[in-house]
Amino acid sequence: MTESFRIAGRGRLASRTARFSFDGTSYFGMAGDTLASALLANGVHLVGRSFKYHRPRGILSAGAEEPNALVSVERDAARRTPNVRATVQELYDGLTANSQNRWPSLAFDVGEVNDMASPLFSAGFYYKTFMWPKAAWKNLYEPFIRSAAGLGVAPHLPDPDHYASRYAHCEVLVLGGGAAGIAAALAAAETGVRVIICDEQAELGGAMRYEAGAAIDGEDGWAWSQASVAKLAAMDNVTVLSRTTAFGYYAQNFVGLAERVTEHLADPKGLPRERLWQVRAKRVILATGAIERHMVFADNDRPGVMLASAARTYLNHYGVAVGRNVGVYTANDSAYAAALDLKKAGVEIAAIVDLRDNPAGPLVDEARSLGIDIHHGRGVVGVGGKLRVTSMTIQPKAGGAARTIPVDALLVSSGWTPSVHLFSQSRGKVVFDDATKRFLPGNYAQDCVSVGGCNGSDSLAATLDQAWAAGAKAAREAGGKAGPAAAKPKADSGENFVGGMLGAGPGAHADSTVKAFVDFQNDVTAKDIRLAVREGMRSIEHVKRFTTNGMATDQGKTSNMHGLAIAAETLGKDIPEVGLTTFRAPYTPVTFGTIVNHGRGPLFDPTRRTATHGWAQKHGAVFEDVGQWKRAWYFPRTGEDMHAAVNRECRTVRETAGLFDASTLGKIEVVGPDAAKFMELLYTNPWEKLEPGRCRYGIMLREDGFIYDDGVVGRLAPDRFHVTTTTGGAARVMNHMEDYLQTEFPQLDVWLTSISEQWAVIAVQGPNSRKIVEPLVEGIDLSDEAMPHMSVREGTICGVPTRLFRMSFTGDRGFEVNVPADYGQAVWEALWAEGQKHGACAYGTEAMHVLRAEKGYIIVGQDTDGTVTPNDAGLDWAIGKKKTDFVGIRGLTRPDLVAQGRKQLVGLKTKDSKTVLEEGAQIVANPRQAIPMTMIGHVTSSYWSENCGHSIALALLAGGRERMGETLYVPMPDGPIEVEVCSPVFFDEKGGRLNG
Amino acid sequence: MLLIHCPYCEEERPELEFRNAGEAHIARSSSIAEESGEDFEKFFFIRSNPKGIIFERWRHVHGCARFFNAARDTVTDRFITTYKAGEPKPSLPKSASGPAAYANRPPDQLNVKRPRRKPVAKGEAK
Repeated sequence: MTESFRIAGRGRLASRTARFSFDGTSYFGMAGDTLASALLANGVHLVGRSFKYHRPRGILSAGAEEPNALVSVERDAARRTPNVRATVQELYDGLTANSQNRWPSLAFDVGEVNDMASPLFSAGFYYKTFMWPKAAWKNLYEPFIRSAAGLGVAPHLPDPDHYASRYAHCEVLVLGGGAAGIAAALAAAETGVRVIICDEQAELGGAMRYEAGAAIDGEDGWAWSQASVAKLAAMDNVTVLSRTTAFGYYAQNFVGLAERVTEHLADPKGLPRERLWQVRAKRVILATGAIERHMVFADNDRPGVMLASAARTYLNHYGVAVGRNVGVYTANDSAYAAALDLKKAGVEIAAIVDLRDNPAGPLVDEARSLGIDIHHGRGVVGVGGKLRVTSMTIQPKAGGAARTIPVDALLVSSGWTPSVHLFSQSRGKVVFDDATKRFLPGNYAQDCVSVGGCNGSDSLAATLDQAWAAGAKAAREAGGKAGPAAAKPKADSGENFVGGMLGAGPGAHADSTVKAFVDFQNDVTAKDIRLAVREGMRSIEHVKRFTTNGMATDQGKTSNMHGLAIAAETLGKDIPEVGLTTFRAPYTPVTFGTIVNHGRGPLFDPTRRTATHGWAQKHGAVFEDVGQWKRAWYFPRTGEDMHAAVNRECRTVRETAGLFDASTLGKIEVVGPDAAKFMELLYTNPWEKLEPGRCRYGIMLREDGFIYDDGVVGRLAPDRFHVTTTTGGAARVMNHMEDYLQTEFPQLDVWLTSISEQWAVIAVQGPNSRKIVEPLVEGIDLSDEAMPHMSVREGTICGVPTRLFRMSFTGDRGFEVNVPADYGQAVWEALWAEGQKHGACAYGTEAMHVLRAEKGYIIVGQDTDGTVTPNDAGLDWAIGKKKTDFVGIRGLTRPDLVAQGRKQLVGLKTKDSKTVLEEGAQIVANPRQAIPMTMIGHVTSSYWSENCGHSIALALLAGGRERMGETLYVPMPDGPIEVEVCSPVFFDEKGGRLNG
Repeated sequence: MLLIHCPYCEEERPELEFRNAGEAHIARSSSIAEESGEDFEKFFFIRSNPKGIIFERWRHVHGCARFFNAARDTVTDRFITTYKAGEPKPSLPKSASGPAAYANRPPDQLNVKRPRRKPVAKGEAK
């Protein structure tokens, strides 16, 4: 197709053509086009269907504020980006775009019935309508609504692109690259400080892109801006970032920037798709400009209705006329400039409709002198056409005879809204300026300053003055050298953006039923906002949520002020009384890829592996994730499933022996003259009298009296303890100890060192464990007399230093061999070779769990949940009765902790010995009671025990120790399971096997 | 991300290196076992949660590993000062304090029970 709306000699694009397709039709555009400008050059206005009513929609703007022209851009099946604003997507050769939210086609969309049925879909409709039956919401209503309403569809394939990330520091960060931003950056850069300036568009220049009347330092505005940017880019202390959106302003001048690196390239050539910049600046200059608002009138959403500044941008920058016979509807002067530019380019201006009674000034005079009809004191009350505007109907404000004027595009402007988004994100407070009816930056919360349009500046000269001064001041405050040497840029001429109106225009008044859209993206009309107020929404935050005004991808950049004005009018309040909704990051949508960046797949979270990981892999271990650790779960042999492997491992450990990697246990060395005193305070047990060379099972409480952690502690010397913690508790126990040592007991002379990663731990458990360990050890007598259960010795194993513990987490004779982690695998292999002589196996965490449960040994965090006391867990014996202080001593005496009927640790045997209970299942006394049943406890651990020949379970049960032998029930979907309460020790109750 | 000045390292470091550790200047009694229920409640459960200046503990966990104290404005997240553990609460300039209505109300003034209304005797009901 030909670009019949491209005007020769207009615009700034090089004459290089680019081919693209939209909804399967091929078009030509030019290098430098956006998808929107290229479509308009081909006369295409209809680009999408609206969210709720499926109304045909066109291109409203020429920038990031676009609510309508959302398309999906597809490079391939995995690279299909939904909801791309056609106004910011740069054209590249071969670009493929498709419209969204329509079926079967854009011009004929079945979903359009929603528009005719719209009285049913008023604000709050979902909340009110789909209430009953309750279950239908999840299965019927929600899926249906989600598919009928909505935007684009995300690809189902993983994102094949990669993203980059940069941290940057600078003295002055300038957000926005219009005339204000450029002037501020120039002033700051001259002082030699580090300056970063960013702008969301492909080229900096901002409003100079369309403001034909601007001239600075003897050049036209655009030429000045390009020359100034080139000057900035050439300076070593300046970083100029185009295609880069400042999306979030966080504490202490920390600003997030998203740079689109390859979205505009036909061939990304392996470059990162986007780059996340995390910038810390001493001073920030906000030069974010202003956004034009549309007019609110009946059917103001028809394709061809467009912001006046957008039409001007398409003409002056892209050389595209948005129509051949264009109407203008305005309440301020700036739209006149658009009409004049178009007229001078040979486009017919059907009429300017001005809501003001007596518009006057040079622009109005010039329009008159060019013979343009000006209908003042009138409004547009409707338009003709559906897929494209064909006419506008105008009427005097006070009512009266209406008149229809044919047009093929209608430019609208109700005034300009300063972009205070980033200022507001910085937690600055905006104030309402009643004279100009707009919110402007008020109190600042951070070291930043607003200049230009976003600060309410209406003239180019004032903007440049302000920006230059702000840039110089920011640089000076941030440590720049004396004032800039270069001359301040001077505006020779500029344009004026003052004035306008807010809220609904004529014909969209309070009791009209017309569809006068406030928020295009969410299909919110003036009527919806009034309805919300009538239904009791008083706060603007409630109005927003009830109507969805200002939500979704454009975040109400064009709609918020209109919505607010209509709500205020309906409430009979002033605008500042009603207030403004909160601006939140991101300013425009940011991809998850940019945020997640490198942190995905294996880099999402660190993986910790023990010294024997390689050996376990080679021997077919199946691993499980325990926090960040990979732990061997079980070691299946050929033909074994998990069940068979775990049964064999459990049997082998009790019959002969097994090797288990316990390296992930937390280990802390407590050293110093006051080490025992410190242990006395941190653990419930007594430590002073524990002899060097002996071990004790210790319990650590929180101050509230509940179990925090447990583990075996060995005393290596009078002033040295080797403490073990649970795997998951390692870091927090260390933190807990440090906290008390540094802040509560700083008088104690103690040092704490985490040694978790320094020592590999190989548990050798089972009747033959001593036979396996003994041959490899030097300098330690392993006999029962010399080294009884719960003792620790230092010596060597395989020539490597060891801390050898005689201890057991299985109930059988056992050792835990600590060796420096670097030797972990070598010592494991030596022990393995010895073990082979005795038929020992390697066992994993599952068998470890079963074996300890057979003995009723708890696992903190599984059998306890932060509300279990030592008494509840049957561990009262571990509390030093004569002690006057330890962490938790006061908590333990709280009334609820000593009350009768607390949940206590018990064992459960199922009546059918083959049935294995579900962990977490509830326990009841009477399974025939009405639902909700009275639950008296729950299952904490449950396994099949090969050694016992029946299933075993641990449970926390109210008054459990008083219920021994009682029959209780575990209700499950297939019926209640009968259980008998028993001791939590299922195997070798007398404990003889510890020395067996 | 906040920048936090560690009073031990004497350097501003990114928030990632630190961990918050709750309200500061809540001392554990040296005879805690004998503490009354009310005192233990204040010590263990009651926190001021002010809108405005809070004195709180931080740990430079991925740095020098020391616990220290900070005064921070909960409205702006601005750190007014940081100081070493054990040092007294600094007096702050008036300008540093946030909205006066909420700031730094001592814990015992929070959760104040409303005086219960006198039950109306049956005969008196109107």
